[in-house]
Amino acid sequence: MTNQQDFIITLKNVNKWYGEFHVLKDINLNVKMGERIVICGPSGSGKSTMIRCINHLEEHQEGDIVVDGVLLNNDLKNIGQIRKEVGMVFQHFNLFPHLTVLQNCTLAPIWVRKMPQKEAEAIAMKYLERVKIPDQANKYPGQLSGGQQQRVAIARSLCMNPRVMLFDEPTSALDPEMIKEVLDVMVELAQEGMTMLCVTHEMGFAKKVADRVIFMDAGQIIEENEPESFFNNPQSDRTKLFLSQVLGH
Amino acid sequence: MKPTNRNGLTRLFYNPTARSLFFQALVLGGLLWFVLTIVGNVTTNLNARGISSGFGFLSQPAGFGISQSLIEYNETFTFGRTFFVGLLNTLLVSAMGVVAATILGVFVGISRISPNWLLRKISMVYIEILRNIPLLLQIFFWYYVVLQTLPRPRDSLSFGETIFINIRGVFMPKPMAETGFALYVGLLVAAVVGVIFLGQWAKRRMRDTGQQFPVFWTSVAILLGTLVLGFFITGRPIALDYPELRGLNFRGGMSLIPELIALWFALTIYTSTYIGEIVRSGIQSVSHGQTEACRALGLNEKQRMNLVVLPQAMRVMIPPMTSQYLNLTKNSSLATAIGYPDLVSVFAGTTLNQTGQAIEIITMTMLVYLTISLLVSAFMNWFNKRVALVER
Ligand SMILES: Nc1ncnc2c1ncn2[C@@H]1O[C@H](COP(=O)(O)OP(=O)(O)O)[C@@H](O)[C@H]1O
Ligand SMILES: [Mg+2]
Repeated sequence: MTNQQDFIITLKNVNKWYGEFHVLKDINLNVKMGERIVICGPSGSGKSTMIRCINHLEEHQEGDIVVDGVLLNNDLKNIGQIRKEVGMVFQHFNLFPHLTVLQNCTLAPIWVRKMPQKEAEAIAMKYLERVKIPDQANKYPGQLSGGQQQRVAIARSLCMNPRVMLFDEPTSALDPEMIKEVLDVMVELAQEGMTMLCVTHEMGFAKKVADRVIFMDAGQIIEENEPESFFNNPQSDRTKLFLSQVLGH
Repeated sequence: MKPTNRNGLTRLFYNPTARSLFFQALVLGGLLWFVLTIVGNVTTNLNARGISSGFGFLSQPAGFGISQSLIEYNETFTFGRTFFVGLLNTLLVSAMGVVAATILGVFVGISRISPNWLLRKISMVYIEILRNIPLLLQIFFWYYVVLQTLPRPRDSLSFGETIFINIRGVFMPKPMAETGFALYVGLLVAAVVGVIFLGQWAKRRMRDTGQQFPVFWTSVAILLGTLVLGFFITGRPIALDYPELRGLNFRGGMSLIPELIALWFALTIYTSTYIGEIVRSGIQSVSHGQTEACRALGLNEKQRMNLVVLPQAMRVMIPPMTSQYLNLTKNSSLATAIGYPDLVSVFAGTTLNQTGQAIEIITMTMLVYLTISLLVSAFMNWFNKRVALVER
């Protein structure tokens, strides 16, 4: 039996508009602790908007979003609570260019978690080692390659010890030779049991780690399935069309 | 084919190093010739008119009064003294202008992008109007329209019988040191040092234990407490000399002359519009992605502003801010138009008229502005380098 408690994220009948434009239509999604979900779909289908609603970077207008038992509404306290527990990695890294790699990683633990600097630095070094760039700790983001920057961004999120990680096309802005180093880190993270929602078109990654693949189009969830069935036996025509385009057949 | 001599010359002509050297030498030579011609001409003219050149006039008595002086001055002092009186007056109005324009400008710039609709519109109108009215006209506005319509001294606007405003300026009490003043200053210095140590202690404690300490409010309490309590403990070491109406004008106390006020207001307001735009574009130059990263990490709006947005905006703002400060300083020479005794008005104006030493005086005056500009630029460059972003 599953009940509300088993889900770390619940979206129930979520609707969102940009002015007249209906960008999210009746989204329902339940995510269990430790689940790895890959979200794909054509550009402009609302994938980013949906995951950005989860940490309230975007505001939804109808329906309920519950994260880790906290209902997302306009209460600043709830929003702060949720953002502490939800990490996010962006397509364009969004590292702080005026801070060193280490300072990027310790900023939020120190100011949000009120952690002593020494402890925050120790934790940051631990995660920088996990993303395999401890030797870059004292450099500035501008001195790193794209792949390294994205790994720093992942480490920066992990330093907050989040219960969920959101990824919004983390490899789309990278040169092909750097994609693998970032995906490797994400695979490791998945294998350690992190709850992940990942918008990506890297189908290899989806096949390897996803528990579920979700296909979105025009603001709706069209189809969701285990990767095996999703790729081999897509149900809707739109999914088939999309897959043929992405997989290049 | 054997390379001929002409061929070699042509090659030299198309050699970029030789070519640029040649043109630089040409320009330098032309410039030298121009300067020498002028100097020669002027010397001949001066000799013909019997005006001696040199800086001897600086030690002659000036024989004219100046309406505002930060150092002791009356007509028996020398022309050399008028130079310093004018220079200090220029520095005074520039410093007052820079401080006030920065405060006002930052406020206007932040209002310009505030979520509050009314504030946004008001600051937009403020900038658009005041930036497009010539500065000289604004100086005239404050001087002739606002300040000249103030009442005469005997009908002064009075604030609690201590501050008086009239057509002759603003008159206020002047603080005077009494016995115990040194002790009082000592206490204040001790308080400031204490606050600095407190700040460092709080920083260390935060690093080691993560606990934050309300440094700002504690510091304010310590400083204010020392200011007030120390005053009484040390036996009220400051007496106030109140301005008093005697005959046609006020005597005693301190005063700001209307020329200073008009010039200060106009420079401040005019420059604040530019600083406002610099602050706005500086903040907006920080990409939205930075804001999203802060929010996603759970930083609140104040932390986002102080730790991420402003440090980055500063880097963009420093160079244009420098040129605004320099502009303000140079614009302060419009003082002449309303008779504020700045360097240009006193030295390059009255002193020049009385001595006729145009070359010496104009050169000295230009060198002063050049020195101020270079000093400010050098400082800002140093500061800019210190905060520059490290890129690959
Ligand atoms: N701030 C916004 N204002 C108006 N429309 C927007 C805004 N952000 C996104 N959109 C629109 O919403 C749709 C979904 O965007 P998005 O979620 O970014 O798509 P995806 O990530 O799937 O490519 C797009 O058509 C986009 O143009
Ligand atoms: Mg997107």
